Amino acid sequence: MAQPFRLSRGGRIDRTRPVRFTFNGRTVEGFHGDSVASALLANGIHLVGRSFKYHRPRGILSHGPDEPSALLSVDRGPGRIDPNNRASVVEARDGLKTLSQNHWPSLEHDIGAVNDLLSPVFVAGFYYKTFMWPRKFWDKVYEPFIRAAAGLGKAPAVADPDRYANRHAHCDVLVVGAGPAGLSAALAAARTGKRVILADEGPEPGGALLHDVTAEIDGRPAAEWLSATLAELDSRENVILLPRTTAFGYYNHNHVALAERVTDHLPSPGTAPRERLWQVRAGEVVLAGGSHERPLVFADNDRPGILLAESVRVFVNRYGVAPGRRIVFATSGASAYAAALDAKAAGLAVTLVDLRTESECGPELARLKAAGVEVLTGHTVIGAKGTKRVTGLIVAPVDRAGRCGAHRVLECDCVGMSGGWTPAVHLFSQSRGKLAYDERLDAFLPGTSAQAERSAGASKGTYDLAACLQEGFAAGAAAAGSDERKSFTASPTLTGFKPVRAMPTDADPTKVRAFVDFQNDVTAKDIKLAVREGFHSIEHVKRYTTTGMATDQGKTSNMNALGIVAGQLDKTLPGVGTTTFRPPYTPVTFGTLVGPARHALFDPIRTTPIHEWAEEHGALFENVALWRRAWYFPKSGEDLHAAVARECEAVRKGVGIFDASTLGKIEVVGPDAAEFMNRIYVNPWLKLEVGRCRYGLMLKEDGYILDDGVVARIAPDCFHVTTTTGGAPRVLAHMEDYLQTEWPDLKVFLTSTTEQWAVIALQGPKARAVIAPLVDGIDLSPEAFPHMAMRQGTICGVPTRLFRVSFTGELGFEINVPSDHARAVWEAIWEAGQQHGITPYGTETMHVLRAEKGYIIIGQETDGTVTPDDVGLAGMIAKAKKDFVGKRSLARPDVVATGRKQLVGLVTDDPKLVLDEGAQIVDDPAQPIPMRMLGHVTSSYWSPNCGRSIAMALVADGRALQGGPLHVTTPEGFARVTVVDPVFFDPKGERIHA
Amino acid sequence: MLEALYRTARALPLGRAPASDPARSGIVIQPAGAEARFALRVRDAGASAAGLPLDGPINSVRGNDRRWIARLGPDEWLIGSDESEADHLPSAIAADLGERAHSIVDVSHRNVGIDVSGPLAAVALNAGCPLDLGDAAFPPGSATRTLLGKAEIVLIRHPGGAPRYRVECWRSFATYVHALLAEAAIGAGSTEQAVRR
Repeated sequence: MAQPFRLSRGGRIDRTRPVRFTFNGRTVEGFHGDSVASALLANGIHLVGRSFKYHRPRGILSHGPDEPSALLSVDRGPGRIDPNNRASVVEARDGLKTLSQNHWPSLEHDIGAVNDLLSPVFVAGFYYKTFMWPRKFWDKVYEPFIRAAAGLGKAPAVADPDRYANRHAHCDVLVVGAGPAGLSAALAAARTGKRVILADEGPEPGGALLHDVTAEIDGRPAAEWLSATLAELDSRENVILLPRTTAFGYYNHNHVALAERVTDHLPSPGTAPRERLWQVRAGEVVLAGGSHERPLVFADNDRPGILLAESVRVFVNRYGVAPGRRIVFATSGASAYAAALDAKAAGLAVTLVDLRTESECGPELARLKAAGVEVLTGHTVIGAKGTKRVTGLIVAPVDRAGRCGAHRVLECDCVGMSGGWTPAVHLFSQSRGKLAYDERLDAFLPGTSAQAERSAGASKGTYDLAACLQEGFAAGAAAAGSDERKSFTASPTLTGFKPVRAMPTDADPTKVRAFVDFQNDVTAKDIKLAVREGFHSIEHVKRYTTTGMATDQGKTSNMNALGIVAGQLDKTLPGVGTTTFRPPYTPVTFGTLVGPARHALFDPIRTTPIHEWAEEHGALFENVALWRRAWYFPKSGEDLHAAVARECEAVRKGVGIFDASTLGKIEVVGPDAAEFMNRIYVNPWLKLEVGRCRYGLMLKEDGYILDDGVVARIAPDCFHVTTTTGGAPRVLAHMEDYLQTEWPDLKVFLTSTTEQWAVIALQGPKARAVIAPLVDGIDLSPEAFPHMAMRQGTICGVPTRLFRVSFTGELGFEINVPSDHARAVWEAIWEAGQQHGITPYGTETMHVLRAEKGYIIIGQETDGTVTPDDVGLAGMIAKAKKDFVGKRSLARPDVVATGRKQLVGLVTDDPKLVLDEGAQIVDDPAQPIPMRMLGHVTSSYWSPNCGRSIAMALVADGRALQGGPLHVTTPEGFARVTVVDPVFFDPKGERIHA
Repeated sequence: MLEALYRTARALPLGRAPASDPARSGIVIQPAGAEARFALRVRDAGASAAGLPLDGPINSVRGNDRRWIARLGPDEWLIGSDESEADHLPSAIAADLGERAHSIVDVSHRNVGIDVSGPLAAVALNAGCPLDLGDAAFPPGSATRTLLGKAEIVLIRHPGGAPRYRVECWRSFATYVHALLAEAAIGAGSTEQAVRR
């Protein structure tokens, strides 16, 4: 295509570098430097989408991030397709495929446009009013319908193949926005030598200077000043200049989040990340994000070809594109005159309609007239003609009382409208700064700051170029701790506007479709209706009408909506207030927020030194906290039950080997170590001999069990503490907390040794025989090395802390060796065990074996509300101790009262029935509903060694119910069970001492 | 003799992986070899023990690649040394500390070291570490406990002009930390880009 609307000269595009992309399958040509919007306009394409609710034809309204209408689906290749991209900010490049949205069967012919004819039905709050009843229609009819109708575009269907990066950065001064104020601020800050980050959302820094072809700064063209300024910033080591980077979130302590779009504009990104999240911690922030132009509200103001006036100027000057050949500017302020002057200079036919009377206008009027442009002052816009493209603007003179005179149609193919300007106070508001309404500027401006930031330029309501430069410079210098000031001379900017909420009209106001919020299809009439129906708070109006929602968050519409609400209520604007600005400023991809935290980098997956061995031997794994533990080792054809049955039997009859490396370990060292242990645990520790172990039980202050584990005394002043796998971090934190805050006088030091020691558990009657040939320096005989003892020596030449302990009820050892030697030792034991039929087992078998012995597991038999007595461990408590953590709570009335749930064993009448863990327990299943629940099943397994199912449960006063029947819920009904002692195997505990 | 034998056989979780520069951007990531580490805790430490200075400021490291001591808190140090020193260093420290209550715990197998060097090393580290790693805030000779993504690490900046960092993490986090650093090196972008940043 020949780009019929490309101007023959001008613009910052590179005419030597053509680019080709497609729009709805049709090839569109543009130049390097074009946005998708400017390239479409260069080819005369205005109709680019259908509106959300009424499916009205929509075009391109704006040139920037505030674009509400031109939302495209952009396809950058397989897996790289995402919806709702603003055509105004997507850079045109070779190979892009862009698609319009929200229509069927085609953009030109859209069935959904029938909604527009039905618009009298779809009034504000339509959904709330219509889908109320009948109630039962909600799930099957209404919700599916609303879901299908809601949202624009299609979600991507395959995983995102792109890479996303994260970067934390610190600077003294962060400047947001590289327009005149931001550049000037960055310059001032950079010259102090402080670290400066300057971020701008555009592909090229410069802001409004990129399209101001007539202004001069300090006697030279603005473009020259811009390149000189950029060159200086670029040459400074202390400046990071980030184009294509949007500051989208302003959080506490000057933590500002920026989204950098790294590769979307490149035809081949290579391995570089698509986007990068910058988490900047800035000493000071300068906000120079500019302002947004307001549309005028008149009938059919949403027709394709109707743009914001400044956007017309941008397309003409920056992109060398004529959005139309006959342009009517409609305005209530001065800035549109600059656009009209530039369009006229570009050779386009121009007319300007100004709501203001001649006397309300400034010098802009004479300038435009001198350029030979027809100017109609004191005129309102009654409406637009045309459907898929504007063909004319109906205007009429209007008097002070708002009475309209004779209509006149100005034929045109493009309209540039301007209802004034709204400073972008989004980030300031996010920083929790208070906004202040300025009546002169008809705008909310940054008022009281809550953080170390300051605004400059248009975002502060300063629109004059020289003033922006001066204000920016002062702000940048002040942010960098300097009081330097600089004065600039620049061409005066045409500023000032007369606020108008909706253009005066002589049409029936109930019939006029004058859009306030283009993205959400909210008209002035909708807002008035909402107010009449009692929604007086702007936050309520927003939610009821949806004005100001979705991807543009009302950047163009908010002030008009507020003004209409205020007018209806006869209140001032600040009396109505403004809606809350929340992050993100513009839409941010999920990828940017997620960054590299995907797949293997989503969470650390902790594995033990034995992990690869277990993998090689066919283990399946389960997650325990961040650890991945061997769950069971199926042989071919075995399921979980068969494998566990075999593993359980092997341990009881021969010997099993188990990786217990994940157990938490803490080295407690110091002259007061025993005293510390005495205070932290319920057990007595002072008299524990060196070389002996004790099962320790630890409570929180509330008297409930926190953790447990075997502890060995290595030396008079040194204990080797073990904790549960998942409890290791919280136990260490709990201990440190007490040590640092309650008992700083104790001379004790804690060091985590969880990962220093790998633990190989060898359990079963043949365990001793297996390790005997490998161990040096330790007498393994039962007399010299009884149960619950610890000896130090070597195994396979590796130093070991050898524990004789058991979580299975069998003779057993837990062999602690330094982690880097664990696999070698494990394999040596494996070899030595072959003649004894050594069997590797996993966590599932470990669970069954301990349940057969009635040993509790923290988090299974306990849930943070269980006392030692509840689980039958009151005997562990040292009666003579004056105090320990949780002691006082054990005397609480509710803890000593009867009726507490106690740990018991349950056996089902049907020995084959394995109860569900968590199943509720009742006394009499025939009682009326709601039944009284007595407790629940905490552990339940098939026990190969008992030849039947076994279960543990917490039951109210359970120990007194021994021998009696209870009933447990099952998916089918109730199962009858008998309460027993929770030790199902070897109740006398003889095997452990073998 | 046995001691010496078993040490040579240490199976390090990252193996003896060679230095890598995943993005060819000059960010070199190299898992450290088998080293000795000790967690030293002592109050009112005095000036030094076994030749290791104990009077450096908190968050500083002293020594050289073969023997270093990082002060992580008022009464906490992490010591790194060649394996050959591992057997006698604890007793030498203990002897010098005398009657002062202290704790020296061997954490050689708990800790895994990864060296990150090159002009852009800090850029890669800042992918997961929120600290200010600029020369003023984290000059050569700095050491601190911090985060790298979701893993706790000790970050040491070796003395000297060229940016050289040691990341110390726990054994089971080493795979994650190493992979995150490699990803960070790629995410840092091309040399040209990242230098400008």
